[in-house]
Amino acid sequence: MSPAVTRDDLIDFVHAEARMLDEGRFSDWLDLWTADGVYWMPLEWNQQDAIHETSLLHEDQFMLRLRVERLNGARTFSQKPKSRCLHVLNRPDCDLIDNDAGRYTVVTRMTYVETRLDDQFLLAVTATHDLVHQDGALKIARKRVDILNCDAAFGNIQLLP
Amino acid sequence: MPIPETRAAMSALVQPQQVHRDLYISQDLFKLEVKHLFSNTWIYVGHDSQVPNKGDYYTTQLADQPVIMVRHTDNEVHVLYNRCPHKGTKIAIDRTGNTGKFFRCPYHAWSFKTDGCLLAIPLKKGYQDTGFDQSEAAHGMTPVGAVHNYRGFVFARMAPEGIGFDDYFNGSLSSLDNMIDRSPAGKLQVVGAPLRYMHKCNWKMLVENQTDTCHPMVAHESSAGTAVKIWDSLDKPEGTPKPPAMEIIAPFMSPYEFFENMGLRTWPNGHGHTGVHKSIHSEYSEIPGYFDQMVEAYGEERARAILGEARHNTVYFPTIMIKGPIQQLRNFIPLAADRTLVESWIFRLVDAPDELVARTAMYNRMINAPTSMVGHDDLEMYERAQEGLQSQGADWVNVARLYEDGETLDEEAVLNGTSERQMRNQFHAWLKFMTATMPDSGPASEDAQ
Repeated sequence: MSPAVTRDDLIDFVHAEARMLDEGRFSDWLDLWTADGVYWMPLEWNQQDAIHETSLLHEDQFMLRLRVERLNGARTFSQKPKSRCLHVLNRPDCDLIDNDAGRYTVVTRMTYVETRLDDQFLLAVTATHDLVHQDGALKIARKRVDILNCDAAFGNIQLLP
Repeated sequence: MPIPETRAAMSALVQPQQVHRDLYISQDLFKLEVKHLFSNTWIYVGHDSQVPNKGDYYTTQLADQPVIMVRHTDNEVHVLYNRCPHKGTKIAIDRTGNTGKFFRCPYHAWSFKTDGCLLAIPLKKGYQDTGFDQSEAAHGMTPVGAVHNYRGFVFARMAPEGIGFDDYFNGSLSSLDNMIDRSPAGKLQVVGAPLRYMHKCNWKMLVENQTDTCHPMVAHESSAGTAVKIWDSLDKPEGTPKPPAMEIIAPFMSPYEFFENMGLRTWPNGHGHTGVHKSIHSEYSEIPGYFDQMVEAYGEERARAILGEARHNTVYFPTIMIKGPIQQLRNFIPLAADRTLVESWIFRLVDAPDELVARTAMYNRMINAPTSMVGHDDLEMYERAQEGLQSQGADWVNVARLYEDGETLDEEAVLNGTSERQMRNQFHAWLKFMTATMPDSGPASEDAQ
């Protein structure tokens, strides 16, 4: 990648990330993150405080690694058989391209489908990626996933939108 | 074949060491639970910090019964069935709001005071000489049978007559007291919305699981066991503080011996808790400044006594569990024989440092969210059991662990933490409150059929 990140680079990155999750390449997916990267899925619409209120998910690299190793684990009974997911992406909006600072924000609307056994559910999702240019590659510093019906009662959501 | 509504029929389903699978899978029995069990017992409605001002309301359900909890003009919290006495329309549909001095039905504009009394009907003269005054509708919105606000926690008994609040909960209120006393101001506040997690299983599986200390090291090996393995692989020097996530999740992998020594206490009427002597919450790191605040509020001896308790899960039969040390309440709302909505609420300790509510929020999302790895472990087991219990190959579910002949569940007791006594205690209370107003047996003619 050239030092100047383009709109296409950002769009390609978001698509590649979704494809890794869809194909179950979770360990590769972990390599996309900065060391202090955080994945946040708010519980409430327009939630601002991730720390002092409940979220659906707010995980650092230790927790994400745990999540991935659990998904790959031999005694993970809720993943026998394994879930599958599919991200159907809209064209990502590149809201911020700041090559001087090496910071980028990409907002992507998508439908997320997850299935296991006879059950399948669909979520309407807005993913906001805060990306940084680090050691010649784009990395995820923060990913915020807003679920349209975040206040609804869900069954298990086992994979990652 | 409908289940006879008699003491004899109910008693046939509950034996001291085992219970019939119909308790989990029969929708007919679920309807009887709504009519009897959930009506005769005291059910948690909500916390009064959700309705701080007059006219504030909160809509929820007591089992499948829609209700409104509302702060009336006299500042008391009332609980009304959420049903217009006219055509049945739900009066309030949003989860929270302020209705001012009265509710107004959005269908025909009948209005009601916030204690439920009928206030006005448009074109009222159309009801002259119709017998309206004698009708059910003239009473307005129906209040539940009784309401009790215990230090902010609002409970309701749907049946107009029945056991009083204090007799029902007796010594078990010490767990609620301990959770509330952890605030230097002696006060809790609900924080944010609850996690809402739909379980395709019977409510009893969830309630039993709260004091089931033989499942964590098995069902949660995939989450807690993996966490421990990752932490060990990082090979940090001795004494490195564990990340907060490890502090919360690792104790789930404690060995059987830990849970045996943790202890279990039961109280009459189906209440009980794990973690009498210590618990998985015992080793949380101290939050700077908090102990000093507690000493200032209560004196050192009392502060140490309050914080020395590490009660794990306290079940308030039938449908809630609280965790005092982590200020959390889980409400298992039974919707059908095979459907339970679990709401997990957190509280702020008024006047305590923010770090405490941060830990509470972390615990909630890590353990109780539909996205939680630990939650996935549990729900998988419940749903497999709900499907497995359809099997006609065996009729009974076993709860015999550490059963002793002559067990007296109407007395408080403390014993080994892996005992299933609390589960037996719940079924004992189930039978008591299911049958409180049932006849011993059906009419003679019915028996003869």
